[in-house]
Amino acid sequence: MIRVELVKLLRRPRTWVTIAMLNALPTLVAVLLALTDIGPRPGTGPPFLSAVLTDGTLFPLAALAIVLPLFLPVAVAVIGGEAIAGEAQTGTLRYLLVRPVGRTRLIVAKMVSVVAFVLLAVVVVAVVGYVVGQLLLGDGDPSGAVASVSGTSLDSTQIAQRTLLALGYVTLSMLGVAALALLLSTFTDSAIGAALGTVAFLVASTVLLGLDAADALQPWLPTRYWLAFVDLFRDPILWRDVVRGVLLQGAYLLVFLGAAWANFTTKDVTS
Amino acid sequence: MIRTQGLTKRYGAVRAVDSVDLDVREGDVFGFLGANGSGKTTTVRMLLGLVLATGGEIELLGDPMPKAAMTVLPQVGALVEGPAAYPHLSGRANLSLLDAAGRGTRTRGRRARVASVIEQVGLDPGDRRGVRTYSLGMRQRLGLASALLRRPRLLILDEPTNGLDPQGIHEIRELLLELNRAGTTIFLSSHLLSEVEQLCTRVGVLDRGRLVVQDDMAALSGPTGRTVVRTPDAAQAVRLLTAQLVSADGDRLVVDDGDSAAVNHRLVSSGLRVREVGPERRDLEQVVLAASSQERRAQDHVVDAGVVRS
Repeated sequence: MIRVELVKLLRRPRTWVTIAMLNALPTLVAVLLALTDIGPRPGTGPPFLSAVLTDGTLFPLAALAIVLPLFLPVAVAVIGGEAIAGEAQTGTLRYLLVRPVGRTRLIVAKMVSVVAFVLLAVVVVAVVGYVVGQLLLGDGDPSGAVASVSGTSLDSTQIAQRTLLALGYVTLSMLGVAALALLLSTFTDSAIGAALGTVAFLVASTVLLGLDAADALQPWLPTRYWLAFVDLFRDPILWRDVVRGVLLQGAYLLVFLGAAWANFTTKDVTS
Repeated sequence: MIRTQGLTKRYGAVRAVDSVDLDVREGDVFGFLGANGSGKTTTVRMLLGLVLATGGEIELLGDPMPKAAMTVLPQVGALVEGPAAYPHLSGRANLSLLDAAGRGTRTRGRRARVASVIEQVGLDPGDRRGVRTYSLGMRQRLGLASALLRRPRLLILDEPTNGLDPQGIHEIRELLLELNRAGTTIFLSSHLLSEVEQLCTRVGVLDRGRLVVQDDMAALSGPTGRTVVRTPDAAQAVRLLTAQLVSADGDRLVVDDGDSAAVNHRLVSSGLRVREVGPERRDLEQVVLAASSQERRAQDHVVDAGVVRS
């Protein structure tokens, strides 16, 4: 079933349109930077953006940092919200279930396909970022060494390894969003409703994150550790927030996916 | 093939399906009739395990549903509330995906399986367009094709000829009869009486959630034991047949005598002219209407008496 879901994902025009749109903003940013040569002052704006003017090899990370807070989660909410509700809307859900595809099996396959989408999107954003960075932005140090966030220098293998780690971390960061979108998708037959509900939850999380009075809640907010991937480029790597971020996403995944499973396997399919 | 006992679905206080005892036997073409909102679709969905029953038991091919869904449903083909497909994919791609879905599906022979059902339902095998460009009739054929993919022993079809032109209806009817001759049991839910009349060997009628009729088609629409006469000499005929006369409406008389030849003989030997004579037959519409109104009267009566059913 997982294979079928992946084929469906890859053969959907919407998947590729979404990914193309994800790439539009970082590319626009790169073009503007290349044309004007005006970067944000160090310490302001998205991470890595001030560094890419001189070194285009960091642009994949800058591109991820640009899409991570809003574009990527919205895309995940849309694709995840489609998972069950979209099948219900087209009426194909009932035909899958009488095929028969077990309900547990179906929901797991859907979750896997949403995660596959995130991975695909993140990789494409990184690759496009790399190409754009190489073409438009600075070449950096000829030896390939890059300054870490801590100021020491990282060689190109280290950068490659850490970039891969960062891609993995960003993908894991989206697990909570994906599982929530899937959960809402089992409650409603409207894919848009499920996506908007998920976005609302993320907006709430972001708002609370900026509120001092919500201090006690903050370690539990799904968006709390999203930008911790920057810590992977410190020297040595600062694992604390990365690990917490992964654990937190794992907890959200368990709770939301468990609820989605409990709801979906006992519900009347009337679509 | 299908057997339910006391099958009930309650939505709050409303009983959408109320103690239905269905009995569909192997080799039947079973017509499941009922007005819109009578609970037909809910029943079909419960049979297939999509909607979970509030009470009662379901047996499909001898096994309990929805418990045995994973072993029973592969032998069942279904068309529920209209066909559905991914609009951006072609009919062929849709069928391949469906063929690949679920446990224990084989890649080997997929192309041949898909090609054969496409041909069976009369779709164009060379059509590469997305389903979004299909007409309603083509979608209906595609839905039927996906129901046939696994060579099912039992077909559960909800309004299978919906949206088809007369030629298409004829083709699908022939296809279903052919499948039935080859041993497929067919459960056909419909509100089209004529369709059921032409196709089915057994009929069940659902009225406001209750199964009010379940019988062989032949028994339901057979002769009533009366004779219908049309004569231009109606006045004399009424006088002659008074004792047996059931009703007289203009030149049309209904006589309580199953032997139409004898009735004809009496009229003709008395010098009366007969335009038409023959046994009275009920059609399905009358059966359905009679059963429904009877049920309604019975229920109203219960309410009148101040008795509330549990």
